[in-house]
Amino acid sequence: MTMRTIKYYLKSFLFLELIKGLMVTGGYLFKRKITLQYPEQKTPISPRFRGLHAQRRYANGEERCIACKLCEAVCPALAITIDVEERDDGTRRTSKYDIDLFKCIYCGFCEEACPVDAIVETDVFEYHFENRGENIMTKDKLLAVGDKYEESIAANRAADAPYR
Amino acid sequence: MSEDIVTFTVDDIELTAPKGSMLIQATDKAGIHIPRFCYHEKLSVAANCRMCLVDVEKAPKPMPACATPIMEGMIVHTQSAKAVEAQKSVMEFLLINHPLDCPICDQGGECELQDLSVAYGGDHSQYTDVKRVVFDKDIGPLIQTELTRCIQCTRCVRFGEEIAGMRELGMTDRGDRAVIGTFISKSVDSEMSGNVIDICPVGALTAKPSRYSGRSWEMLQHAAVSPHDSVGSNLFLHTLDGKVNRVVPRANESINEVWISDRDRFSYQGLHSDDRAIQPMMKLNGEWIETDWNTALKYAVDGLQAVIKENSADELACWMSPNATVEEQFLAQKLMRGLGSNNIDHRLRQTDFTDQDFAPVMPWISNNIESIERLEAVLLVGSHVRKEQPLIAHRFIKASRHHQVKISAVNPRKFNWRFKISNELISSAEGMVENLAAIAKAAGAEQVNVSELINSSTVDESHKAIAEELKTAGGAATIFIGNIAVQHPQFSTLRALSHAIAKQTGATLAYLPEAANVAGAWLAGSVPHRFAGGSKANSAGANIAEMVASPKKALIMFNIEPEFDVANPAKAMDAVDAADFKVVINNYASEAMKDYADVILPLAAFSETSGTYVNAEGFWQSFKGATSALGESRPGWKILRVLANLMEVDGFEYMSSEEVRNEVKEQCRDIQLDNTLAGDSPVADIPETSGLQRVGAVPLYAVDSLVRRSTPLQLTKDADQNYVAINSVLAARLKLEEGDRVSVTQSGHSELTDIKIDDAIADDCVWIAASEELSIQMGTTYSPIELEKA
Repeated sequence: MTMRTIKYYLKSFLFLELIKGLMVTGGYLFKRKITLQYPEQKTPISPRFRGLHAQRRYANGEERCIACKLCEAVCPALAITIDVEERDDGTRRTSKYDIDLFKCIYCGFCEEACPVDAIVETDVFEYHFENRGENIMTKDKLLAVGDKYEESIAANRAADAPYR
Repeated sequence: MSEDIVTFTVDDIELTAPKGSMLIQATDKAGIHIPRFCYHEKLSVAANCRMCLVDVEKAPKPMPACATPIMEGMIVHTQSAKAVEAQKSVMEFLLINHPLDCPICDQGGECELQDLSVAYGGDHSQYTDVKRVVFDKDIGPLIQTELTRCIQCTRCVRFGEEIAGMRELGMTDRGDRAVIGTFISKSVDSEMSGNVIDICPVGALTAKPSRYSGRSWEMLQHAAVSPHDSVGSNLFLHTLDGKVNRVVPRANESINEVWISDRDRFSYQGLHSDDRAIQPMMKLNGEWIETDWNTALKYAVDGLQAVIKENSADELACWMSPNATVEEQFLAQKLMRGLGSNNIDHRLRQTDFTDQDFAPVMPWISNNIESIERLEAVLLVGSHVRKEQPLIAHRFIKASRHHQVKISAVNPRKFNWRFKISNELISSAEGMVENLAAIAKAAGAEQVNVSELINSSTVDESHKAIAEELKTAGGAATIFIGNIAVQHPQFSTLRALSHAIAKQTGATLAYLPEAANVAGAWLAGSVPHRFAGGSKANSAGANIAEMVASPKKALIMFNIEPEFDVANPAKAMDAVDAADFKVVINNYASEAMKDYADVILPLAAFSETSGTYVNAEGFWQSFKGATSALGESRPGWKILRVLANLMEVDGFEYMSSEEVRNEVKEQCRDIQLDNTLAGDSPVADIPETSGLQRVGAVPLYAVDSLVRRSTPLQLTKDADQNYVAINSVLAARLKLEEGDRVSVTQSGHSELTDIKIDDAIADDCVWIAASEELSIQMGTTYSPIELEKA
């Protein structure tokens, strides 16, 4: 019998490996718990999180979007549809800006393409639809989302700015 | 040979080029790209953008490739550090004042500056001073300016001088204050002005009608042919979501080069006019009801057959638009003839048909369009070519820039030409005949049918001069018969005289056909006296004048508005009213049509149908539909095919428009185009006239229903033709002053308007343009008119 065989039998009959495994389990038994009680408790979210879309406004209340259609062009899922018009004051604006959230793959390209930071993806991910058709985010809905979350959108952008 | 060709090296590639040509021309030909902004192959060299700087060995500084003549043994590097450094520096300068508004710029995506800044632009600016701002100018309804974007390449300035023949845009001030503008605040009114949109390398000049409507990358491009004039300009229709969003030229060196007229460019705006016919309609007990195709077609067929049964097939008439495709013209005449009627005509604005049997197989420009550039003498007989066929006029401008070309004209008024005119003979309709006869006499021409006229004419210096010009130029002289001549009451006489002059002087006789497919209509047999291919009809049907004079009982009107498109609108409308049953096949359903028609069949527009146009050269150009037909409208050839099927006429089993075209082409196979005329063709009598005569022409933007509905074109200065004008001699005699209220009466119809005084108009003539509000209830142009102070 070689040393190797003796070692093998010792290990087996003394349940050394089982104890080793249970040590890990035991260790966690006394560690700080990380399970969160969602929705009462939430994890922190990266400022780069790509959730529900929003359209932003400037501080004076003017919508940012200039209907350049770059987001429409870059969208890999063809989820964005834009119609352009010349507004009465001569500026270029969208008369229609729809994002189909069923088509959207949340890649964030629209946000990257936007020259005026108008279309953004917020860190909101808790949303649902109850009726057919609600998956289409119209311009009004997008602007409403933007108005509602402007503070967090701006903060997220500011937090990420040094790395861009 | 070898003396004229030089050999040189570009980027280690040995090239040859004609001596004296510029470096950039040779490299373009060889496919070596050199960046440029101000250089354009059709314009003169300005060398002011400096973007094309290249490194030439032994030259101390980089040289502009557009202004550096090639020399034997020259060694050029386009990609060397020196060249690229120079180009990058130039780019930095250009970008100093250029706004970063690409996202809202209509040029974005097809911008030369944008493209080149990707390759040569820096990623940051060293410039910290105040930027240049230039306020936009309103230069008319067609072109939008955004002058802060301008990089002062001066292409638009050179275009105005060299191509359009009128210097409308210019550069004022120097250095960083240099701005493009109209010297005095005014609009840009050239009939070719839209081309500056294409040649502008940045977004400083963009199309106003399609402003902000779509980006270049999302539009689909479809080849098309102009549906307006006989040049047959090649177009690209750019569509967005199934709608024509803009029209741009399709380069074709032998026809339109790289230009198109504004009419071709902006007429598409009429495609979606509010009165577009999109549903078949029929009038039941005075009420219009929208219905489906089967019912409408059945109604049309029943109505037509009832007339044939009650009377005879000879009571059936068909008025064709001269803009209808070859296929439509052919099927319409085949249907009419299948039913036993020869009463079909497309020559709606012609009034004199005396010599129609002697007419050439189609009105032909007698050579190719390109050759006009090489003419040495031209006589325009009744032609305002600048507004009638703008791109033919462009060839005249080119000829007069290149060499001394003597252009003369016989017209009812002086026109504002953009080329130098040597003799312009202005007179009333009869005077035009006399002037032409005098030229014939001066040339020593003799011809039996016009000998009396020639002998009795009085020759003066200008007649002699014109005859001399034509004689001197000989083979390089052409007599062009234009739209005014075709509408002239003695068209046959003008034609015979022109022929006599041409024969005597050695000049060529040429026609400038009126509309997009006049030539095709002749070839397809859309005339009462000839079948397709030009063969003589068994018995000549009634021409349009006869159909108007003695109305037929049933009428098919194919894409026309008789009050605008027929020579005598008052009589034409009477003839329409006199008919018992009227089938209207049209792009539009206007209020007037709803007044007189019994059934309206919606027709697909030129952009929605496949078809063929034959241009003045006799060049067949087929095209395909760019968008689907609007609403329930259908292509003309399909409507006519089904109409014929329902009327049980044989030989209408066509499955495609190509089949129809091939059949017409087969019948035209043996045609030899020839404009010579028999010397004994009958000519019209010249009536004794007294009093005032109405003269006029069809304005540029009133020629067809599409143009008349294009809002931007109707806002231009050229569209403002609804006036009465006389010369100052006549005004003095009638004691009238500019702006006086006058009443003009013709064919029992009076109109009140303000008078304009214009010495361009011939003596004893009253200028009222045809197809305008003032004239659509009157009789023919070139007939007596009364004018008095109101």
